[in-house]
Amino acid sequence: MHPNPWLLTRRHLLATAGAAPLLLSASAARAQGITPRRGGVLNIILNPEPPLLQIGVNNQTPTLICGTKMTQGLLKFSPTLEPLPELAKSWTISPDGLGYVFSLQDNVKWHDGQPFTADDVIFSVMTFNKEIAPRLRGVLAGIAECTAPDPHTVRFVLKQAFQPFLLCFDATAIPMVAKHVYDGTDFRTNPANSHPIGTGPFRFVEWQRGNFVRMERFPDYWKPGEPYLDGILWRVIPDGQSRRLAVETGQVQMSTATDIEPFDVPALRSAPNLDVTTKGWEYFSPLFWFEPNHRVPLFADKRVRRAMSMALDRNFIVQRLWFGLGKAATGPVSSTTRFYDPNAKLPTLDLAAATNLLDEAGLKPNAQGIRGSFKHLIPPYGEIWNRMGEYFRQAMAKIGFEVTLESTDAGTWASRVANWDYETTSNVLYQYGDPTLGVERSYVTSNIQKILFTNTSGYSNPKVDELFAAARLGATVEARQKAFNEVQELLVEDMPLLWVVEVAYPTITDKHLHNVIQLGTGDHACFDDVFLSA
Amino acid sequence: MDISSLLRFLLRRIIKSVLVVIAIVICNFLLIHAAPGDPATVMAGQSGSADPQFMAQLRHQFGLDLPLYEQLWIYLKGVLTLDLGFSHRMQVSVASLLLDRLPATLLLTGTSFVIAIVGGVTLGALAARRVGHWSDSAITVVALAFYATPLFWVGLMLVLLFSVKLEWLPSFGMSDPGSNLHGIALAWDICQHLVLPSLTLGLFYLAVYARLTRATMLEVLSQDFVKTARAKGVPESRVISVHVLRNALLPVITFAGIQAGQLIGGSILVETVFAWPGIGRLAFEALLARDYQVLMGVFFCTSVVVVIFNLLTDLLYAVVDPRVEVST
Repeated sequence: MHPNPWLLTRRHLLATAGAAPLLLSASAARAQGITPRRGGVLNIILNPEPPLLQIGVNNQTPTLICGTKMTQGLLKFSPTLEPLPELAKSWTISPDGLGYVFSLQDNVKWHDGQPFTADDVIFSVMTFNKEIAPRLRGVLAGIAECTAPDPHTVRFVLKQAFQPFLLCFDATAIPMVAKHVYDGTDFRTNPANSHPIGTGPFRFVEWQRGNFVRMERFPDYWKPGEPYLDGILWRVIPDGQSRRLAVETGQVQMSTATDIEPFDVPALRSAPNLDVTTKGWEYFSPLFWFEPNHRVPLFADKRVRRAMSMALDRNFIVQRLWFGLGKAATGPVSSTTRFYDPNAKLPTLDLAAATNLLDEAGLKPNAQGIRGSFKHLIPPYGEIWNRMGEYFRQAMAKIGFEVTLESTDAGTWASRVANWDYETTSNVLYQYGDPTLGVERSYVTSNIQKILFTNTSGYSNPKVDELFAAARLGATVEARQKAFNEVQELLVEDMPLLWVVEVAYPTITDKHLHNVIQLGTGDHACFDDVFLSA
Repeated sequence: MDISSLLRFLLRRIIKSVLVVIAIVICNFLLIHAAPGDPATVMAGQSGSADPQFMAQLRHQFGLDLPLYEQLWIYLKGVLTLDLGFSHRMQVSVASLLLDRLPATLLLTGTSFVIAIVGGVTLGALAARRVGHWSDSAITVVALAFYATPLFWVGLMLVLLFSVKLEWLPSFGMSDPGSNLHGIALAWDICQHLVLPSLTLGLFYLAVYARLTRATMLEVLSQDFVKTARAKGVPESRVISVHVLRNALLPVITFAGIQAGQLIGGSILVETVFAWPGIGRLAFEALLARDYQVLMGVFFCTSVVVVIFNLLTDLLYAVVDPRVEVST
C-alpha cells in the first residue's frame, strides 16, 4: 500500500461514489448495536452566539455548526475525506477533469414546501456563493459553464482541471440556498439570514437572542424516517466555567469546538456520563502556529526562525497545554489533509543547535544572556491562547530572546494582524482538506494583503509560489503530490511560520447521544441520524 | 417650596440634562470609533477567510465608507428622532434588540435592587441597634465579606452549592425553553432561574447598604436630638424609625440613586456567568464585535436613565429630609 491514502485516482473517486451508501450504513451501524430511537430534544451549547444563522452569509464556527442542521450541501466527507452523497445522490467526473455531473436526490423539499431543483443548485453556486464567499471566489471563477439538463441533474464545465473541486461542495463551503428566497434580493440583508429556509432535517422555529435557538424536526425531510430527534435546542452560554458545569450536570447533552477550554477536558473525560472525542476535524484540520512578522528585521533571517522553532517542545505543548487535543505539527500541511508529506520533517527540539544557529546569524548574547527582544500579540480567543503565549515567552527565553506579551481584544487583534502591525502572534487556520484550498493562502506572494488570513507574515519565495501554482493546476494526483512534496520540504527549510499543533477540538456528548461524529466535518454534519437512547 | 419654583427647577434641569446627553452621545461616538478595528475586520476575523472585495462590501453595507463626521451626523440625527440605528451585523434594529433584552435586564437588576435595599437597610439598622452585640459583629463580618468578594466568584460558588451539589436551582439561563411552559408554571420557572443571579448581583450592594446604614445610624444615634427624644419618653421603636433611620437614609439614597442608574445597563459579569439574556452582555458582545450602533444605543439609554435618576434622587432628598430644598 502506498503510504499516502490521498493518492486517489479519478477511478477511485467514481468508485467511492458508488460505494457511498454502503459506507453510510456501515457508519450508522456503529451505534454499538443500539436501534435508533425516535424522539427527544437535544440541548447543545451555542458559543459564541452567531450574529446570523445562514451559512455563507456568516461563516463563524458556531454559525456553521448550528446552520448545517438546516442548510445542506451537495456532498459530505468521510474522515478520510472521501466524498459521500448528500443532496447529490451520485456524480461523475469526465476523464479530462473538466466536466462534473451531479444527480440530485429526488423528493427534496425546502422548509417552506417548495421543491429543491437543479435551478437552486445553479443559483447557489453561480450567483449566491459567487458573490458572498470570499474563500471560494477563485474556485467559482474557474467555472466556464453551469447547466441543468433536467431538473435533477447539474453539469459543471471548468475552464481548467481543478482537482479539489468536489471538496468545495460540503455544506460549510458551498451551502445550497433557495433560489425563490434569495434571488433578486440583497443576500447580506435578506431576512431569511436569521431564520434560514433550508433542506436540512431540522427547521428553524425561534431565536431568542442571548438565550437560545430552537429547531424542530422537518416532517418532509427527504430521508424517510429521519431525523430521529424531535428537535434541537441551542443554548447560549457565554461563560467557559458555566459551559463546563452545564455539560457536567447534564443540562446540555453536547458541547462542540472551543466550548470547553482544554484544561477542563481531562476532568470531563473521566466523567461517567460523558463521551469525549477529538475525531471529526479532518476536513478542517486546524493548524496552530506562531507567526513572526517577516518585516521585523530579526525575523527576516531564516536561521532565526529555525532556531525559534527548535526551541519549541511540541510534545509538551500538546500534552500539557492542549491536554491531548491534537498532535504535534510536522510541517505546514496537517497529517489529516490531502497531500501531506510525511518526509518533510521539522528540525527536532534542540536548544544547543538553536543557540548555535543564532550565533551564526550574528545574534550574540549580551552580559545578561539576551540576544534580542520582541513582542508577542496574544489572540483574545480564550485561556488556551494566553497559556500558549506564556509558553512561547518561556521557550524563547531559553534561547536568549526576551518576549513581551501584549493582550488585546478581538477587534484590535484582527485589525493589528490585518495591518501587519505586530512582531509575533499566533493563529489557527483551517486547511479545508486540500493544501490548494487552505494552505497556499498563507505562503504565496500574490496573497500578501492587508487582510486577515492572507499571507500576513509577508513571507515570499518565488520557488514556493511556482510550486503552489503547479500543484493548484496539476491535472493528476501524482503531479500535484510531487509539487506539494517539494513545497512542503522547501517550507520546512524556510520556516516562514512556526507550526506547533494540529488541533482536534473536543466534542463532548452525553453517553445517551449516538451517531454524532461520523464525518470528517464532525459536528458540522446535519444530524439526521443522530438519536438519544432511552 | 412653591409649585412654580419647582417647575422652574425641573425645566432647567431637563434642558441641562438633554445637553449633557447629547454631549455624551458625541463623546461615545468618538471614543468608540477611536478603538482599533471595525466591525468588518472583526467579522473577517471570525469567519476565517476574507478578500478585498468582501471587506469593501461589508464596509459599504455598514456605512463605514463614509467620512467620520458624516457618520456622526447621521447618528445624531437618528438619536434626535429617537431612531437608535441598525445593527448591520445582526440585521436587526437597535431599538428592537434593546427592547428584547430590557425585560430580562429589569427583572434581574430590579430584583437585586430590592434585595439589596431591603436586606441592606434592615441588616444595617439591626446591627446599629445592637452595636457590640454578637449579631452586630456577625452582620458586619458578613457584609464585609460580600463587599470584598469578586462577583463572579460568589456566582460560581453559589452555582456549585445550589446547582451542582444540592441540585436545587438551575445554573444558567432565564427559563427552561425545553419544557414549553406557560402562565404560572413559566413564572415559577423564571423565579427559580432568577434566584442565583439576583442574589449574586444583590449581595454586593446589600453589603454596601448595610455598612452605610449602620455607620450613619450610629452617627445619628449619638446626636443630641436623639437623646432629647429618648428623654421625652418617645418609645425606642419610634426613635429608631422616625428620628434615626430617616436621618440616616440620605447617604443610602445617594447610593441607591447610583445603583438605580445602572438598572438598565445590566451587569456584564453576572449576566455572563449565568447566561442571563440581558443588556449588559449585549453591550459587551457589541463592544467586542465593534457593533458601533448597538453599543451606542446601550450607552445612550443608560446615560438617559442615569440623568433621570440623578434628578429623582435630588427630588427625593427634599421629601425625606425637609431641611434640603431643591434649588437651581
